[in-house]
Amino acid sequence: MHISEGILSPAVLIGGAALTAAGVAVGMKNLDQKEIPTMGILSAAFFVSTLIHVPAGPVSVHLILNGLVGLILGWKAFPAILVGLALQALLFQFGGMTTLGVNTLNMALPAVVCHYIFGNALKPGTGRTVIISSAFGAGFCSVLMSGIMVGFSLYLTGEAFLPAAKLMVAAHLPVMFIEGILTAACVLFLRKVRPEILEGDHVS
Amino acid sequence: MIEELANGDSFIRRLDPRGKIVVVFLFSMVVASANRLQVLLCALVLGLLIVLAAKVPVKELVRRLIPVNMLILFFWLFLPFTFGGEPLLHIGPLAVTREGLLYATRITLKSNAMMLMLIALVASTPISTMGHAMHTLGIPQKIVHLFFFTYRYIHVIYREYFRLKNSMKIRGFTPKTNLHTYKTFAYMVGMLLVRSFDRGQRVHNAMLCRGFKGNLYSLSKFSFKKGDIVSVVFMLTLIILLGVLEWKKTI
Repeated sequence: MHISEGILSPAVLIGGAALTAAGVAVGMKNLDQKEIPTMGILSAAFFVSTLIHVPAGPVSVHLILNGLVGLILGWKAFPAILVGLALQALLFQFGGMTTLGVNTLNMALPAVVCHYIFGNALKPGTGRTVIISSAFGAGFCSVLMSGIMVGFSLYLTGEAFLPAAKLMVAAHLPVMFIEGILTAACVLFLRKVRPEILEGDHVS
Repeated sequence: MIEELANGDSFIRRLDPRGKIVVVFLFSMVVASANRLQVLLCALVLGLLIVLAAKVPVKELVRRLIPVNMLILFFWLFLPFTFGGEPLLHIGPLAVTREGLLYATRITLKSNAMMLMLIALVASTPISTMGHAMHTLGIPQKIVHLFFFTYRYIHVIYREYFRLKNSMKIRGFTPKTNLHTYKTFAYMVGMLLVRSFDRGQRVHNAMLCRGFKGNLYSLSKFSFKKGDIVSVVFMLTLIILLGVLEWKKTI
């Protein structure tokens, strides 16, 4: 769900960049110098995960996983996603310099919101059903929110974008279910195999 | 594999990366806020000239322009019809408006002009150099470090992903649209995260053993030479000219 360069109006670009700067500042404040190697390698893993394509009926979709990023990293999702999108622009030219702010905001803000709504269920001692439904909710809602925010950025640029924006959100509906299922299964897996990743303690 | 753009030797490659980043950034800002077709056309031509000067292979260039233009194409299906204005021709119940066509043309020109400039930058500057340049341009050190670590390990983890994918294939896994497939992919992502997490801790410990104090040093020193000053001034003049043309409505 990238918006490429040259489409959005300057006001939307500047607003997005300002809010992203604020989000990144909060994320960096929470980020200890010692955590940076682990955080960087986790960001790299998320970057690689977005290159994975899974089948959805006749087509295949790539994973977004910003819900999972939010659950694991919290506010640190902002710097992680910023760096990931900057590298996507440099390596594949998806997105670019002026859209980096808006695109980061559209992906990272839903991640942080999901962290606050669904993150509590990941604490040790919660039941299996609660974990599954919360993780599903995080995966589903983050993509839904991102879709709405992308649509909203387009709408703020010009009302003529509205039909195209609506179609984009609708097309992401199957993706939301897939992301929900994947996030739920992934969280269950991590709970069994390496619970400390979910507990936000990333320094040994 | 994830590959950086092939980069042959060119005049632009030898320029100071900081100057290049600033120029591309200012160019993108001006083009993003410009609206006149003449200005955007000039910007596109300028982008094309710079990309040619950076000696980007044409095949590579086309391949990298495709994703941007797919999205633009998607908007072309809507904008001529949804933009209010003077109707030019009618297709069934829908009317193509002049303003809609102009708007779609505008974003096509803008997008491609900005992409050409970005490709020229990427093709002429290794990504690690870009990181050091960002640091000297005032991006906070923690973000630059995060950038370095992420970039360094994308390749390593991509290979890890390939190994996991191959071992799934060997065990007869064929992806389909069902719960089993999604669960399998979820476990694979989980495994990728676990291995990256462990690797992160090992790397950090290894760095501490070697006396890491939170600084990364670059072996290449940046220096702003005469050629850099001339090219930056030249490009800035052109960018200001674009801005003036937009503002004064002179062509």
